[in-house]
Parts: sequence; structure tokens; C-alpha cells
Amino acid sequence: MTATLLFYILGAITVVATLLAIIQRNPVHAVIYLVNSFFALALIFYLLGAPMIAAWEVIIYAGAIMVLFLFIIMMLEISPSSDPVRSAPGWAQWVPIFILAIALASCTLLLTGLDPVIAEGLPRWHASPRDFGYALFKEYALAIEIVSFQLLFAAVGAFYVGRLEQKKSQREGSS
Amino acid sequence: MSDPLLTLVLILAKLGVIFGVILTLAAYLVLAERKLLARMQLRYGPNRVGLFGLMQPLADLIKLLTKEDFLPARADKWLFLLAPGISAVTALLTFAVIPFGPPLELFGKTVPLVVIDLNVGVLYFLAFSSLAVYGIALGGWASNSKYALLGSIRGLSQLISYELSMGLAIVPVVMMARSFSLTEIVMAQEKIPYILLNPVAFMIFLISILAESKRIPFDLPEAENELVAGFHTEYSGMRFGLFFVGEYINLIILGSMVTVLFLGGWHGPWLPGVIWFSVKVLAICGFFIWVRGSMPRLRYDQLMHFGWKVLLPISLLNVLVTGAILLGMG
Repeated sequence: MTATLLFYILGAITVVATLLAIIQRNPVHAVIYLVNSFFALALIFYLLGAPMIAAWEVIIYAGAIMVLFLFIIMMLEISPSSDPVRSAPGWAQWVPIFILAIALASCTLLLTGLDPVIAEGLPRWHASPRDFGYALFKEYALAIEIVSFQLLFAAVGAFYVGRLEQKKSQREGSS
Repeated sequence: MSDPLLTLVLILAKLGVIFGVILTLAAYLVLAERKLLARMQLRYGPNRVGLFGLMQPLADLIKLLTKEDFLPARADKWLFLLAPGISAVTALLTFAVIPFGPPLELFGKTVPLVVIDLNVGVLYFLAFSSLAVYGIALGGWASNSKYALLGSIRGLSQLISYELSMGLAIVPVVMMARSFSLTEIVMAQEKIPYILLNPVAFMIFLISILAESKRIPFDLPEAENELVAGFHTEYSGMRFGLFFVGEYINLIILGSMVTVLFLGGWHGPWLPGVIWFSVKVLAICGFFIWVRGSMPRLRYDQLMHFGWKVLLPISLLNVLVTGAILLGMG
């Protein structure tokens, strides 16, 4: 019962945060909303008994991909002070993220209180990293290999495109 | 008292103790660093406030709290105010999964000396160390100052680069211990600590965490002679203090991770486990201070080349070799 309720609250946080990320005009604020939604998603995974995927969600999406987004945003923003959106007054802009963050924090607290490791409340079927690994590399081995080949192709393609750009700009620079 | 309630009370007690100990330790680590650095440079260091300067952290705290909390013009107000908090809180939260002693017998009940023993403890540590980047990035961006922005861009790329080799240095440990739980990793090192079994991984991890903690050979995000103070240029008062204390909390956390992953955690002859653990953590912190006293700063391209072209291939190779040896031994 509590688990179902938590699931719906967390789902609502995810959807609202993602929506707010889309409608934000300031890219850095959008990143913050998206990170918020990733946290809620990670908690949903934890609630469903997959702590490993919850951890990867935070490490990869919140910790790596969004940081790269932030990096690119910061690199491309040539003169931050000339942006009219940024100097807009703060309060109204910041109320939603505070509400979402507080909701998320209280859900986390509730979830920790209900955690089967600490108290009996949720089903005990927490998938261990070992089971997860076996499922991934035995049952779905072929799919994993195909996906990783796809990533390899993407990486090689990115390298190729990057190299071509560099050569062209060098030639232009020398002529 | 019902059982879940007792567990909750125990967790809260552990949290309180850890909070107090870590914050005090961080404050005195600052003093220790200043003292040790001073002795290495043939100075005295702070010795006026209290006996041997022992009250210095308190004086610093009072100074930071009473200083004006300055907000730069056209800064992104809320992000600017929030960023130091992110930096300190992510550092503090990491300690939740670090086991600092063997399970204790209390009220006829075994109490593990760790706040929560997750079966994905290693991943939890990696998750929070990757979140620590946000404090730096948002702080530097929100300041609306070119030095801060440059510092945080440097910090971002440095932390992303060295996180990879740090994560890959942990992989052999997980392979040898056959577990992601930090408690089980410590248990697996009862006979031989992993520093002897896999010194390469230890070296990679040590270098990567030096970069992660943004300390001297890798302190480009806050290089004083080029960037004023890097990402925290515009901060003053206790907000700067939060960044500062977050850095030292991070130092303690990273020291504890080295202890847990490679130095056998609480294991050691004669003395009780908690003492062994603290001694090892403090030794690692001392090593960090020593490195700061004796190394020059790297150039930025050297830092990137070293991370991507030296450290990363070695750590990948190390994973492969460890896997092969483990497979060969069955």
C-alpha cells in the first residue's frame, strides 16, 4: 500500500520535473530539473527492488551525462551576463524546484524507513548485483553485445567526424 | 522497544556521531595541514590561539560566520546560494556506506558499524562522488565571473576524466572480493590487504583521488596564480567555508575509501578495529598533505594527457590482467 503510494508520488515528481525541464528557458535550470527527475527515477528503481540499476541511474545519467551537458552549456555560453533570461527575478522561478526537491527528500526518507534491510515492509526481493550480472550477460548476452557494438560504431563515427573538422580547419588556417 | 524502532534509533545515533566526528576531524585536518605545511617550509604555522594553536579552527569558524555574505551583481542568486551546500552535503552523505569498524555487540544484538550496508556500496560511493561535481559547476557558473567560470569548467573536465580511472581501479577490488558491499570487501581482506595483491590498482586509485580532491599536483580548478581562486572566487564568509570544509570532508571520505578498498579497513593486530581504521585514514590524509608540500602543479594539457593516455589504459589493462589471473586460479 505505502509502496504503491510512494510509486505514484515518485512518478508524479518524475513527470513534473521533466516537463519543467522542457519548458525552462535557462539551460542550466533545465539541467537541474532533469537531474531531479533522474533522482526520482532512481528511487522508483530502488522501490521496484533494483538497487543496482538505481545506483547506475544516478552514476551515469545524473553524474556523467548531465555533467557533460552542463559542461557544453558552460563552454558555449559566450557572454553569460548578456542573457536577459538569467537576470530575471528569482523567487517564482525557484519555487517549483524547491517543492520537488522537498517531496523527493521526504520520499527518500520514507523509503529508507521502509527499506527491507532496516524494517519489514516492502517485499524482500532485492536483486543482488550478482543476479543482475547473470541476467545481463547470460540471458541477454546477444542483445548486450549488439548494443555495445552500436556504441562502438557511434564512438568511431564521432572520432571520424571530429578528425575531419580538425583537418579542414587546419587547412583553412594555413592557406 | 520494537525492533524496527530500535534500528532506526541506532541509525540516527550513528549518524549523529559520524556527523560530529567528521566535522571536528575536518576542522582539525585544516589545522594539521597548515601546521605540517609550515614545518615543511621551515615556518611555525598557527600557534597563537590556544595551546599550540589548537583553538585556531574555532577562531576561523567565528571569522567565517561573522564575515559579510557577499552576492555578486547579476549572479544567479539561488544557484549561487545553493552550490556550497551541494558540495558539502554530497561529501557528507558518502560516509553512510563506509564501514569504520567490525560489527559490535550491543544489548545482545549485533550492530554493524556502518550507517547502512548497501549491497551496492561501491556504486553508492561512485554516485555521490560524481554528484560532487555539481557543487563546483553550479557555483562557478552562478557567480557570473570569468575566473569562477574558467575554474569550474576546468574542474568539470578534470573530475570527469579522473572519475573513469578511479572507477576502473575499483573494478579489480570488486572482482577479487566478489562483492559490491564495502563491508564484505573489508571482510575479504582479513588475511592480505589488497594493496599487496594489486598494487597497480592502488596506485591508480591514489592518483585518481588526488585529482578528485582537486589537491596540489591537480589543483588547476583553483590555481591561485592564474584564476584568483577558481570556482569559489566570488564566495565569502560561511559559504566559502562550506566549500572549504566540503573539500576536507571529501579528503576524509577518500582516505576512508583507500582504507576500505586497499588497506584492509579495520583489520590489524592488537588494537581495536575502529582505532586501526582511524590510524589508516589519518595516514592517508597525512600523505595528501605531504604531497601538497612537495609537488609542483601540473600544466593543464599534461593533466589531461596523463589522465586519458596513461592512467586510463593502465587501469583497463589492470582489469584485464586481474580477470585473467582470477580465471586462471579458478
